[in-house]
Amino acid sequence: MNIEEYRGIWVFLEHKDGAIVPVSLELLGAGRRLADKRGVPLSGILIGDGVKGLAAEAIAYGAETVYVYDDPIFHHYRTESYMRAVIACVEKYKPEIFLYGATSTGKDLASAVATDLATGLTADTTMLDVDAETGLLEASRPAFGGNIMATILCKKDRPQMATVRPKVVKALERDPERTGEVIEEPVELREEDIRTKVLDIVRHTVKKVRLDEADIIVAGGKGLGGRVGFEMIGEFAKRIGASVGGSRDAVEAGWIEHSRQVGQTGVTVTPKIYFAIGISGAIQHLVGMQNSGLIIAINKDSNAAIFQACHYGIVGDAFEIVPMLTEAFDQALREEVKHG
Amino acid sequence: MLHIVACIKQVPDTKIIKMNPKTNTMDRSSAPAILNPYDAHAVEEAVRLKARYGGKVSVVTMGPPPAVKAIRKCIEIGADEGYLITDRAFAGADTLATSYSLTKAIEKIGTMEPIDLIICGKMTIDGDTGQVGPGIARRLDIPPLTSVNKVVEMDREAGQAIVHRKLEDGYEVIQTTLPCLLSVEKEINEIPYSTLPNMMRAARYQPVIWSVEDLGIVDRTKLGLKGSPTIVAKVWPPDKPKGGEMLQGSSEEQVNRLFSILMNKKELFHKSGATEEGGVQ
Repeated sequence: MNIEEYRGIWVFLEHKDGAIVPVSLELLGAGRRLADKRGVPLSGILIGDGVKGLAAEAIAYGAETVYVYDDPIFHHYRTESYMRAVIACVEKYKPEIFLYGATSTGKDLASAVATDLATGLTADTTMLDVDAETGLLEASRPAFGGNIMATILCKKDRPQMATVRPKVVKALERDPERTGEVIEEPVELREEDIRTKVLDIVRHTVKKVRLDEADIIVAGGKGLGGRVGFEMIGEFAKRIGASVGGSRDAVEAGWIEHSRQVGQTGVTVTPKIYFAIGISGAIQHLVGMQNSGLIIAINKDSNAAIFQACHYGIVGDAFEIVPMLTEAFDQALREEVKHG
Repeated sequence: MLHIVACIKQVPDTKIIKMNPKTNTMDRSSAPAILNPYDAHAVEEAVRLKARYGGKVSVVTMGPPPAVKAIRKCIEIGADEGYLITDRAFAGADTLATSYSLTKAIEKIGTMEPIDLIICGKMTIDGDTGQVGPGIARRLDIPPLTSVNKVVEMDREAGQAIVHRKLEDGYEVIQTTLPCLLSVEKEINEIPYSTLPNMMRAARYQPVIWSVEDLGIVDRTKLGLKGSPTIVAKVWPPDKPKGGEMLQGSSEEQVNRLFSILMNKKELFHKSGATEEGGVQ
């Protein structure tokens, strides 16, 4: 492989419900910075059915070129169809770096693409940089459950690929004045070549709030002792308009569902306020919440690691503290109602 | 009769692994080696499918000789056979090299008995990537299906299966040809206590052990460190947070102090996005 032939930074533009998803816009921001440092162009690749209009949006967020594969065969995300479009495009234009959001779609697609291209893929990257001279992508990520950070390089193969966690890099301000080129690529796939079919998509009727979008999170851990403890913090959460999360221990004990797990193997969250109640603060939990705006920890054990990661800490029994706090908010609410 | 192969890995229990504060390296001896928790669900699902449709469950892993213990755990769950591929040549493999080696083992297992389905856990808790499963599927040229949280039906005769793939706000129903590869979510099943016969069988069980030589035609440049495009250039401990202000006094005083801190930052309670239920506006 002649790596000199590979040039430019690419971002996979994932979209949902007619809009580019936030992590892809964030990656355009990060990609812009890498491209400027390297002095190379930034491009996006957009695949879907009736998605061409989104290309302008990608340009407004920093892309110079958007390659578009617009065809009914791409109506639903399917690994095999999307992968073939991506591989064809990479072989045609040869980017040096290719970033995907670390979403279920991004990870699924990138894993398949990396195997076929026989190139390196770093998962769940949280820090990105590029060496301006060598062009080596420095993709750093937590490993071993967040116990260490590791910087991964891919020296001999191209493109250098990484999936990047949502909310670890910033999108640029949207600027509709930015200009760029939209290139429509031919689609040479036939439905009969694709071995999977999406028969149906079922959306939960009760709109579940996504933890990674919550403004306030009240999270509980092993210290809550059981479901009763979670009912208690649920009550508090309700009072202050928060969502409830849990540590891995709490999820594994079955006190709260897996989709609400905060941490390395769960969701990464950045709420304005994060309450960690009865959570010891294992490193794998900390990596998932340490960028929260205001972190408040309540734990019986004064040596708990969570106190190193919080802004304000209370050493005490959650079963005493939380109801008092709930009551304090209740009272304030009543006052507010009274005074209009 | 289905032949299902589950790919598994023995991992250090990263939940309790300790760091050596002097060298900033992991003290692996501090963490027991366990069957990757996600893989236990993969094996359990394979065992359930065997119960439903009849057949056989084989498990395969790559690792050092002590990984036999993880295979025994799978036998306890109900797997029938276990294969360990172990060789110095595999050392230092990243996900690309790992998927190559496991594919070679799976191909060999398949020559003895054709395979209908491959099941992997969502990811491992030490590598945390989830990349090996789809990699194996690509190498075998079968459909990879990740985030699977339900197997609705398998029809070996028709060569088709229907599964659910988890989405952020629901799931999709997928029809796929067989054979295929599923990476399964933890929620796909609950693992019951092992039965006594399985435990007894596991205690005595000796898996098939293969080295590189046993795997047939292997491109050695694709193995281990040599076959890995990615390298770990640097490892460092995550930033240590500096610690916050500990509130003092009685419980009541602490709560009052916290409450006034929060009230001084009242703007944080103004909502920008969706929230779950009602509450303070």
